[in-house]
Amino acid sequence: MTTPLLDIKNLHVRLEDDPAVEILHGVDLRIMPGEVHSIMGPNGSGKSTLAQVLAGKEDYEITEGTIAFQGEDITELGPDERANAGLFLAFQYPVEIPGVSAMQFLKAAVNAKRVAEGKDELDAAQLLKHFREKATQINVPYEMLKRNVNEGFSGGEKKRFEIFQMAVLGSVLGILDETDSGLDIDALRIVSEGVNSMRSADHGFLLITHYNRLLEYIVPDHVHILVKGKIVKSGGKEVAHELEQTGYAPFGVHEPVGA
Amino acid sequence: MTTTAEVAAITEERREYKYGWTTDIEQEFAPPGLNEDTVRFISAKKGEPAWMTDWRLKALKHFEKMDEPDWVFLPYVYPPPDLQGISYYAAPKKAPESLDEVDPALLETYEKLGISLSETKALLGITDAAPAQAVAEEQSGEGSDAPSGSRQVAVDAVFDSVSVATTFQKELADAGVIFCSISEAIRNHPELVKKYLGSVVPYADNYYACLNSAVFSDGSFVYVPKNTRCPMELSTYFRINARNTGQFERTLIIADEGAEVSYLEGCTAPQRDENQLHAAVVELVAEKDAKIKYSTIQNWYPGDEDGKGGIYNFVTKRGICNGDRAHISWTQVETGSAITWKYPSVVMKGDDSKGEFYSVALTTLKQQADTGTKMIHIGKNTTSTIVSKGISAGRGHNTYRGLVEMRKTAKDAHNFTQCDSILIGDQCGAHTFPYVDVRNTTATAEHEASTTKIAEDQLFYCTARGISEEDAMSLLVNGFCKEVFSELPMEFAVEANKLLAVSLEGSVG
Amino acid sequence: MTLATEPHKLDAVIDTSRDIPECQSWLNPFRDAGREAFNRLGWPDRRNESWRFTNLDALKATNFVSAVDDADISANTVGGFAIPELDDVTLVFVNGRFREDLSDAPDKLANKLGTNVTCCRLTEAICQHRESIEPFIGKLTADPDDVFTALSNASVEDGVFIRVPRGVTVDTPVHILSIATETDEPVATHPRNVIVAEEGAHVTVLEHYVTTSDDAVYLNNAVTEVFADAEAVVHHYLLEKESESAFNVSSLFAHLAEHADVHSHTVLLGGKLVRNNVLPTLAGPRAHCLINGLYVGHGDQHLDNAMRVNHAAPDCDSRQFYKGILNDQSRGVFTGRIIVDQVAQRTDAVQSNRNMLLSDDARVNARPQLEIYADDVKCTHGCTTGAVDPENVFYFMSRGLSEDVARAMLIYAFAAEGFGRMELAPVRQLLAAEMIAKLPKAQGLSIEV
Repeated sequence: MTTPLLDIKNLHVRLEDDPAVEILHGVDLRIMPGEVHSIMGPNGSGKSTLAQVLAGKEDYEITEGTIAFQGEDITELGPDERANAGLFLAFQYPVEIPGVSAMQFLKAAVNAKRVAEGKDELDAAQLLKHFREKATQINVPYEMLKRNVNEGFSGGEKKRFEIFQMAVLGSVLGILDETDSGLDIDALRIVSEGVNSMRSADHGFLLITHYNRLLEYIVPDHVHILVKGKIVKSGGKEVAHELEQTGYAPFGVHEPVGA
Repeated sequence: MTTTAEVAAITEERREYKYGWTTDIEQEFAPPGLNEDTVRFISAKKGEPAWMTDWRLKALKHFEKMDEPDWVFLPYVYPPPDLQGISYYAAPKKAPESLDEVDPALLETYEKLGISLSETKALLGITDAAPAQAVAEEQSGEGSDAPSGSRQVAVDAVFDSVSVATTFQKELADAGVIFCSISEAIRNHPELVKKYLGSVVPYADNYYACLNSAVFSDGSFVYVPKNTRCPMELSTYFRINARNTGQFERTLIIADEGAEVSYLEGCTAPQRDENQLHAAVVELVAEKDAKIKYSTIQNWYPGDEDGKGGIYNFVTKRGICNGDRAHISWTQVETGSAITWKYPSVVMKGDDSKGEFYSVALTTLKQQADTGTKMIHIGKNTTSTIVSKGISAGRGHNTYRGLVEMRKTAKDAHNFTQCDSILIGDQCGAHTFPYVDVRNTTATAEHEASTTKIAEDQLFYCTARGISEEDAMSLLVNGFCKEVFSELPMEFAVEANKLLAVSLEGSVG
Repeated sequence: MTLATEPHKLDAVIDTSRDIPECQSWLNPFRDAGREAFNRLGWPDRRNESWRFTNLDALKATNFVSAVDDADISANTVGGFAIPELDDVTLVFVNGRFREDLSDAPDKLANKLGTNVTCCRLTEAICQHRESIEPFIGKLTADPDDVFTALSNASVEDGVFIRVPRGVTVDTPVHILSIATETDEPVATHPRNVIVAEEGAHVTVLEHYVTTSDDAVYLNNAVTEVFADAEAVVHHYLLEKESESAFNVSSLFAHLAEHADVHSHTVLLGGKLVRNNVLPTLAGPRAHCLINGLYVGHGDQHLDNAMRVNHAAPDCDSRQFYKGILNDQSRGVFTGRIIVDQVAQRTDAVQSNRNMLLSDDARVNARPQLEIYADDVKCTHGCTTGAVDPENVFYFMSRGLSEDVARAMLIYAFAAEGFGRMELAPVRQLLAAEMIAKLPKAQGLSIEV
């Protein structure tokens, strides 16, 4: 039997600073290698919290449930250990870091992963070759690497750079947190093409989104609807289409789904 | 560019200080001079208990060892106040027993100032609520929930050294709120006064606060009991009338746990050639979950275009957030006085407590203002916000001076400071002297400041739409100050708008 | 000779009885005026606004001597202080004394800088090129308002004089290397450098303070006067790596004529107590001044930076960027005053001070100040103090970097912006490496600048 890439069971999460606030109330989700899942939900449903918890953000506390990545429980691992294991979060708001070039940043990240995997570090020439290949694959200008991490990037550039990082790091699970927000159609298309170029029998994706727009470009195998911290409906891609017609109204939330 | 001639035109306008008249009323005075006898005289006049007299004498003794502060940034040299030449007590001879007995001359004085001591009218003569509502709507950006009629505001009127009337005392008493003159409070609520007087500003705090502690005359006292929201705005209107006197008001406001109060203060004085001293102390105490909002419109006589006369406004204002989640907010619009030194401050002792300071300071003529705030973060998660807008015109100098201190215990504390100045004309100055002192890694302090002139392109845009240059300037200055005005109770916001417009008349070159 | 016993008398501070060669006597009235100013000003205490956050008690309590015999130091040791890959000319001072034996020879100087450029030790200029130096020396410090400047005026000893004639561009940086060694008695020296760039001339000067021992106690009270004539370009570096038991007061005075361009780069890494004054006057229209600095403190270092940028002519612009990184119990002070005179219309002045605290025992006092007397100006200042942003640490960790590396990279990144403004790549590289060596848990972090 194949081991799931990601297996979330009965996940309960609350704010560390304010334990009275529980955000996720028992989420179950299983992603098999090769699958693309989408979690849709209105504002405040807990979508982004789920993404941050998966990546290991410390502001949240897991009170119940487990998160297994490739069969291993990762709830006790730090964000760096999860990243080195092959889990990647594309941030909704990638952080600007003046003073650190993208090149320098990625070199450090790639070699950190290699060290964690017990491999030798790559030298400068090998790294550059690797970066060039991935830049071509994801369709980002190589020049982007000479700039500081996300500094002065447009919204579209930031999201492309996130996808590029995933390709460079060779992560097997990509969690895209509202990657479509703030993108125009052209940028959305380029980002989606990048993601689609990485789809394979080994890779999995979790697309977190408010709108179904992204799902026209990256077609999911499974769609889940998250409302108030619980998955209220799961199904195939038709769920997203239905949602477009009805909005979140059947789930007691009055927000449009089309954008 | 504004020329010298035009600056003169501005000052000409401002010379017409509309509150510059005096009231002819029989008054009694303390003999001029500062000594133990003066202090005893004041204390006796007010019928104070011995502990109060002793406290005053202790302050006097300390004061005699102190030196006048010299760190204030004042480009124009000014004659120091002659502390031995002035009288520390001036009061109308007839002391009223109730509102009905207030000397008609005094009632008239306050009516003329736009302050109604009649309980049927609202503050500042704004009986027509339309302008207030318009401002409120403009500021909130939506149909506001402003009351349809004029709001009731309780007033304590202080004339030279004494409180002459306090309105709405009964209504307030029904809610458990004590609002009276400090002299009355010393007599009637000694336990509260003893506990809190000097607890925020100790008598030895600084030169003028110490002087005030020795000779303070009158001021307001407010106590809002636990879990009580004060049913109306409270206000004090200060008027200096007599010649050769100083005003040494002392105000103490206490909001007990969960209480809430909004307090307004207004000031004017007659036009005189000699300088007059106003050295006030204001202490605010906010206990757990309490909120105090303190607003000031200061329009003391500013002196003439050559800097002759005008009030020295040397004031110590400080509040303490004693308990968790306490909140103190200062808002001030400073347009008057020859010299202003004033740093309304907040000591955030309780966790999650909050301090705010919103200020507009305008200097024209030869006015000098050195004002700002101190935000002392002691408790965890304390936050402070400082928004200071300085406008310099004529030959005025405007200085922002502020301290943000993050003590070691102030984990995760945060401060944001925004400090903007504009200059109108080339003979004025705008200065910014902030101090930031951070002693822990989780605290953050951000300070931003800018100094510019009124943008030509904005001015042009307005005039191109048919607005006169003067109105455009006033419009832009108001826009510049909007963040602060929106913190004022709406009656005051209207007043502040008018005050700026009047003060800026003729500033366009 | 102690600063403590007679705190207000200059005679107690330096040796006024020392022999001043006859050829230098024309400078004596200046020295005398300095002594008078010193006695008038006296040692500052906390009530002096300018010294409010810096306590001089430790300095006043130290018994200094004014000079020592030439220290025994090898050419090898001196070579260790060279800036790798920097093609410069070096003038070496050890404990304040010029060392001909360790400095580049005059013919090398002439060869590298050009024969029409004057570059020599200060005493040589005073004695042999009086007509060349007299119009400049002391002109920017003649009316001191700070006691250390007065002390320097009173005690002009040695230093470097550089004069670049009209239109000449000097490509080779002049490296003034001051080495302090451990001495029997603490030494107080008062180096003075005078840099004159005539119309359209270009020159780069590095003042570099190092030590052979972190136990060495001494005072370096350095004054540098920069005269940038019309269209001249002067780049000045102060690289301060004094002994962590030593005192350093460095004052850079600069006078900028029309369209002159002066860059001041300062990096404070060493010293027990350091006061760094940068005091430019933009005296001609369209002058430009860049003031760039970084102070990195650990242990109980006290690093005080005082800027005063005086806009005295119209259409000038100035840019100040200072950053502090403070660990352990160290304390950083930043005072930045921008003064815009009434005539200085259309001034464009920017000032930014950012601090990062790495320890709860570290402390920062920041005073960004504006003093403005002209109405058509654009002046802004910003000041922030905080720690490493946890959001940024999370972002780095989510890409697989360990927390230590993430933090070190972010601390480095915070500083890197300042290095980026430095024109000399070898200096950038050396400083980056030295700063990283000073950061906690940053070992093994490789950084390219």
